[in-house]
Amino acid sequence: MSDTNTMTLNLKIWRQASTKDKGQIVDYVLEGVSPDMSFLEMIDMLNEQLVAKNDDPIAFDHDCREGICGMCSLMINGQAHGPEKATTTCQLHMRSFKDGDTIAIEPWRARAFPVLKDLMVDRSAFDKIIEAGGFVNVNTGNAQDANSILIPKENADLAMDAAACIGCGACVASCKNASAMLFVSAKISQLALLPQGEVEADQRALSMVEKMDELGFGNCTNEAECEASCPKDISISNIARMNRGFLKAAVSAKTK
Amino acid sequence: MSSSTQSFSRSYFLSSVVKKQIMAVTGLLLCGFLLGHLAGNLLIIISPDAFNQYGHALVSNKPLLYTAEAGLIVLFLVHLCMAAKLTVENNTARPQKYYIKQKTGRGATFASSTMPYTGLIILIFLITHLNSFKYGTIYMTTIDGVEMRDLYRTVMEFFAQPLGAAWYAFAMIAMAIHVSHGFWSAFQSFGFSHSKYTPLLRKAGIAYAILVGAGFTALALYGYIQGVQA
Repeated sequence: MSDTNTMTLNLKIWRQASTKDKGQIVDYVLEGVSPDMSFLEMIDMLNEQLVAKNDDPIAFDHDCREGICGMCSLMINGQAHGPEKATTTCQLHMRSFKDGDTIAIEPWRARAFPVLKDLMVDRSAFDKIIEAGGFVNVNTGNAQDANSILIPKENADLAMDAAACIGCGACVASCKNASAMLFVSAKISQLALLPQGEVEADQRALSMVEKMDELGFGNCTNEAECEASCPKDISISNIARMNRGFLKAAVSAKTK
Repeated sequence: MSSSTQSFSRSYFLSSVVKKQIMAVTGLLLCGFLLGHLAGNLLIIISPDAFNQYGHALVSNKPLLYTAEAGLIVLFLVHLCMAAKLTVENNTARPQKYYIKQKTGRGATFASSTMPYTGLIILIFLITHLNSFKYGTIYMTTIDGVEMRDLYRTVMEFFAQPLGAAWYAFAMIAMAIHVSHGFWSAFQSFGFSHSKYTPLLRKAGIAYAILVGAGFTALALYGYIQGVQA
């Protein structure tokens, strides 16, 4: 790695000691950033320098660094997971930036996602929504013979597309209303589209939407910024499916 | 999924999904009203008498008039109150704003991100609009032996003022922007989504917005030009 290829970056990073702390943007200058580094490796590099100076390293969420776990987050220059389409922060590389660039890095911001420290937020609101109904609760029996449960190819594809959601929260972060509808609709759709999940589809839609509202997420205004920011390209057609599923469930009483 | 015995209840009305559906149904019905209103107004271009006779026919049928007015007031108030409630809730959902927020350029449009503002312009317009026309200066005229209000004259006097015509045109452009997002959005809120028809619906929304926007603006322009020539 020759020095001529490296970049110097002006970083504006949100520092916040705890949930109760007010927090502020702190400026850092980072030299010697290779374009081949991932965005998180760039923060690792800064953190090594901070630790060497006995400063508090910047806290941020990450796990697999392969774009599949949903742990990494970060608003990068005002965009969830940065400027690239269908890319998680860990899969974003520094070649997307130029020498001398100023990069603002902030945590997801939503009432339902309180900041824990620096760039880390508490996303357990998503877990609570899943707990409200994002599972199959009926006995599906033993493994069936192949092709004994027929599923249209289109439904299998749509369910698989919805199931690609990694629950990172970029939809909430990018939505001007901090709405969780893309996440919730993907979790409702991946089950409702398949025979095992269809049995409880009505109650699931009611319970999960009710929980989402209770947790203080905003309302959808059909702007599709969520879809545009989603690292897994989840379509807002899932939101439409949830909307009609909810309405159907709400008007059809299963009791006498 | 604990509440398996739940039936349709009050809480569904207050859910985020149904609130949007209430916005959708009231919005679409108001879109229908707008088309009817435009069609009636275009009589101004045909002849003053045709416009006045149309207006007279509307106000003469009291049961129809009051039913329509009551319906419109309800639609408008529900749309407005729900919009206010949703906007407040949406602001509360993100108490701390971003230091920098940038749109992706792949989702939100100018129309979609300005809905509360264009909505507010329409509200202010509506008040001034009723004040200038419905409750404006009353002139009388006699057509075929029937005495009726000369609404044509009231309208034309309003449009003859540059500020009047400009404000009207400005509000109608804001309204066109508002419905260009609202029309398609209403279908999405109800859950209508189809790979083939949804793109068509989005185009239909824009075509509808251009039609009503251009139609009403053309009337203001027509009135202003008539005023200048007079």
